[in-house]
Amino acid sequence: MVLGVGVAAGLLVVACGGATSRATPTSSAKPSGTLTVLAAASLTEAFTKIGDQLQAQDPGLKVKFSFAGSPTLVTQIQQGAPADVFAAADQANMEKVVNGGFNATAPRIFAHNRLEIAVHAGNPKHIRSVYDLANPAIKVDECAPAVPCGTYATTVFSKAGIKVTPVSQEQDVKSVLTKVALGEADAGIVYVTDVKSAGSSVTGVQIPDNLNIIADYPIVELKSAQNPTAAKDFINVVLSAQGQQVLKSYGFIPVG
Amino acid sequence: MARLSPQPFNLTLAILAGLGALFFALPLIGLLVQTPWASVPSILADPSVKTALELSLIASLASTGLACLLGVPLAWALARLHFPGKGLLRGIATLPMVLPPVVGGVALLLAFGRRGLIGGPIATATGFGLPFTTPGVIVAEAFVAMPFLVITVEAGLRSMDARFEEAARTLGASRWTVLRRVTLPLIRPSLAAGAVLAWSRALGEFGATITFAGNFPGTTQTAPLAIYIDLDSGRLPAAVVLSLLMIVVSLAVMVALRGRYLGDA
Repeated sequence: MVLGVGVAAGLLVVACGGATSRATPTSSAKPSGTLTVLAAASLTEAFTKIGDQLQAQDPGLKVKFSFAGSPTLVTQIQQGAPADVFAAADQANMEKVVNGGFNATAPRIFAHNRLEIAVHAGNPKHIRSVYDLANPAIKVDECAPAVPCGTYATTVFSKAGIKVTPVSQEQDVKSVLTKVALGEADAGIVYVTDVKSAGSSVTGVQIPDNLNIIADYPIVELKSAQNPTAAKDFINVVLSAQGQQVLKSYGFIPVG
Repeated sequence: MARLSPQPFNLTLAILAGLGALFFALPLIGLLVQTPWASVPSILADPSVKTALELSLIASLASTGLACLLGVPLAWALARLHFPGKGLLRGIATLPMVLPPVVGGVALLLAFGRRGLIGGPIATATGFGLPFTTPGVIVAEAFVAMPFLVITVEAGLRSMDARFEEAARTLGASRWTVLRRVTLPLIRPSLAAGAVLAWSRALGEFGATITFAGNFPGTTQTAPLAIYIDLDSGRLPAAVVLSLLMIVVSLAVMVALRGRYLGDA
């Protein structure tokens, strides 16, 4: 069975990325042990998939994820949480890590994302555009100001020239999605990728390019990394054609 | 004779007791050491801190009122009436004491949320939903805090001499008059203790509030939520100062209660 998975993964690599898909770092030593990745909540599905693929390729490797709002993860890093890799949903949070000297390498942008309005399945409130969110009768949920999706939402509202008073400020984008899926909030500002991963529980209302933002997702190896080999390998895979293909399949905009 | 003499000194016990005391004291000391004393006035003067404290005060007092209104009759029923399923009812009434508050929040959402069991029909009929509102905070806090009132008042009712009530009844007082003029005055100490315990629990409520009522300054962001958000957003000094303030309030309550109602000072 392990062989089967390996072959399947190998085929996927060939199918998706051609010959250079799996970037091999300096040595031929396969990463093993445990790799701990702190990643922005919006990366939950895509990174879990990449982690599964990596574990299938390197049976000795165990990839552990902690998904949360980027500022939560920054606080954890500042307080000395043991982790190997950090991936944020904006540059501002990555800068806090770099300014604190917690990074081992220079951060690299590995994906982009855009915002979308998530509404309850079937759009019962008939929300058509960003401008509908200025209506005080519409309960809008968004991320807290320090969380990337909150910062980006503010930018979208100011581009549209509207004032939106949210009903709550969540600690990560998935909480916004949950409040919308439950029907407690009428609309939530989330990423395109979140609407896609939520399936039928929410409906997406697009935000046009001229009002939208492009979110940059940086990734970095941490100085406190217990498993630098696996950390470098993970970052290489994320940036490789294989990783980019996975990210794209979840709705992210690949780099390069 | 042995009972009257003081306990012999036991080194092992004394060391363990000392470690136990340190275990409680060290986090407080850590907080005190980290407190940016110079910037305490400016942090406390910050409008957002004032907003959170005000909301905390209003919501905790209102939820204590709600807990008294519903909790005293419930405690009375548990202490005085005999009916099948009483044990189960007492279990349900005290469950929030041991339940993770976040579970309470999820349960409240599914009952009183805009698509919840009760909340759904109410929202359809009136358009009003508890989540994301200050009344939602009060409900979440009352859910978590009311058990403290119920068990304290029930214990008070049980230890009270019921013959005073019977005497009042035989003298022609109505049930309502007996409750108002005899029962409540007699259980005043346990009522006060229960109310203060419920209030301090409500003041510290976090999990059920953020899950059920959400987090928005001025509407649902109480002091504990503000502390969490401050910490999460890299504003450690503000989080520390607010935490310290909560500790001072809670400590004052516990010391006062311990002296008056919970045994010797």
